[in-house]
Amino acid sequence: MSPEFAVEDSELKEGYASFVGRKVLFILLSLACIALLAGVATTLGSANITPLEVYSAILARLFPGTFETTDFIDTIVWQLRLHRVLMGIFAGMGLAVAGAAMQGILKNPLASPFTLGIASAATFGASLAIILGAGFVSGQWLIVGNAFVFTMLASLTVYGLAKYKGITSETMILAGIAIMYLFSAMTSFLQYVGESEEVQEVVFWMMGSLGRSSWDKVGIVALVTVACTLALMTFSWDINALGAGDETAKSLGVNVELVRILCMMFASLITASIICFTGTIGFIGLVAPHITRMVVGGDHRFLLPASGLVGALLLLAADTVARTILAPVILPVGIMTAFLGVPFFIYLFLRRGKEYW
Amino acid sequence: MVKITIKDLSFSYGSRRILEGLNLVVGDSEILSLVGPNGSGKTTLIKCIDRILKPKGTILLDDGRDLQSLRRQEVAKYIGYVPQSATGVLTTTVFDTILMGRKPHLGWRVADEDIDRVVETMKLLHVEEFALKDFSELSGGQKQKVLIARALCQEPEVLLLDEPTSNLDVKHQLEVMETVRSLVKKTKISAVMAIHDLNLAARYSDSLVMLKEGKVHAVGDPLSLLTEENIRAIFGVEAVVMKDLDRPYVVPLRSLDGEERDE
Repeated sequence: MSPEFAVEDSELKEGYASFVGRKVLFILLSLACIALLAGVATTLGSANITPLEVYSAILARLFPGTFETTDFIDTIVWQLRLHRVLMGIFAGMGLAVAGAAMQGILKNPLASPFTLGIASAATFGASLAIILGAGFVSGQWLIVGNAFVFTMLASLTVYGLAKYKGITSETMILAGIAIMYLFSAMTSFLQYVGESEEVQEVVFWMMGSLGRSSWDKVGIVALVTVACTLALMTFSWDINALGAGDETAKSLGVNVELVRILCMMFASLITASIICFTGTIGFIGLVAPHITRMVVGGDHRFLLPASGLVGALLLLAADTVARTILAPVILPVGIMTAFLGVPFFIYLFLRRGKEYW
Repeated sequence: MVKITIKDLSFSYGSRRILEGLNLVVGDSEILSLVGPNGSGKTTLIKCIDRILKPKGTILLDDGRDLQSLRRQEVAKYIGYVPQSATGVLTTTVFDTILMGRKPHLGWRVADEDIDRVVETMKLLHVEEFALKDFSELSGGQKQKVLIARALCQEPEVLLLDEPTSNLDVKHQLEVMETVRSLVKKTKISAVMAIHDLNLAARYSDSLVMLKEGKVHAVGDPLSLLTEENIRAIFGVEAVVMKDLDRPYVVPLRSLDGEERDE
């Protein structure tokens, strides 16, 4: 090989390395923003504490003896605020990763846990518990258990219907839309027969809130989200190949049906484990992947983790604004995610001239 | 040496039979073109060989393994597929599109060796200047070359091309065909292509397979196969076959069922 070719080789490789480096930088910057926003979010509330006091209280428990804090600040940070902040981070991350995975495997920009009937099923499960008191588990886990079971039931039904017709992106989307309308109708029926207080509770549940979080719930959401995100990331190349069409993906060695089913199940599991605790927080799963795609492109090796971080930032920011803008009134976070996210999304959408999807 | 031996291959869509009892041999370092009218089974045969479709019959590789019993990833290491056009919806750069060809060889992360292979293939096909451009921004001919590069990155023994020139103007048709011919010479792979244009097939192929209604009508080199009789029998077209540079070329005159062919 002649020397001039060797230079060209290295130029190409360096060009690609810096192209990849920019994506990694975006991921690192997003992580830093989350850490910063989490600190700020924990300071906000009826009791005024400074970011320094927040970080000291966190570090004092993580490294006992090294940092100092007071019982009052420790209680506010650890008992009242931090689990809610972490719930926002992991729920936002999970919903966005699930949305990015679904859009990728179904090759459809409108795919999300909501357009595939998964969220409607969760709402129906919760409504059943709230209005009729019926469910699969009892006690304080009644609503949560119902939402989870119906969510998984919906995704299994979507899979079953699609399997019957042949698993393509079109069959899965059509089956998902059918399931969405079915569960929406059943929820409407329950609301029609329910008492007004019960209906109000259902409506409040549907708006989504991080106010019901606790450390054990955060633990479950974090575990499922992180485990399923890592699992989905192992399919990054398969999802990329699916984007080039089923036939091309097969010719590249991808087991198309198996990848679609497994990714769908991981995405459903994440969604189910989040919305059963938070209620239906819309928009994040649909838009966080789009915002991220406009910045880092369509390579799922980077799109999946970066979407998760953007989703975490969006939900945490939305919840922080929802808690503080009309304090002491706390707005439902589902409303705020759309208020904050839509203008940002439209700005990026208009600014980015060329086709990004 | 033989790269692929196809024995008694059949395929049906439901009750509609598309391919029936096909026997074929793909030789070493050759360009084999499948010609025939619309619906004769050219594209279906390409997809059966790559196991995108599941046919009945046997497809043996050079080492005696039956393709039907291999894992999909193993098939992808032996056979590369170039679709008629890019059907994907997600935009990626040219570099990433070609890197996707490493999929059958990739583990958790991309190794330096994979990047080297992409760079090498880009230069072989002269697409390196577009490396970081979005695939969707390329012209038809450039896209086709990138799709060929992606298939080559699989390091296949056999390259399957489904009507690689059908969406291209004359200049790009020639460029793509020249690219395939030089690849076959340089890399010692074999190429099997479904192709409509008889003159391109005649000029660039080592052998032709004429398909009619899912069966092999005739196999041979272009000069012996592209005769006026065969064209009449296969396409129902009256044509004059002339010869230039030891290759035949076909001038279609009229459709025998009364309609002038416009292809």
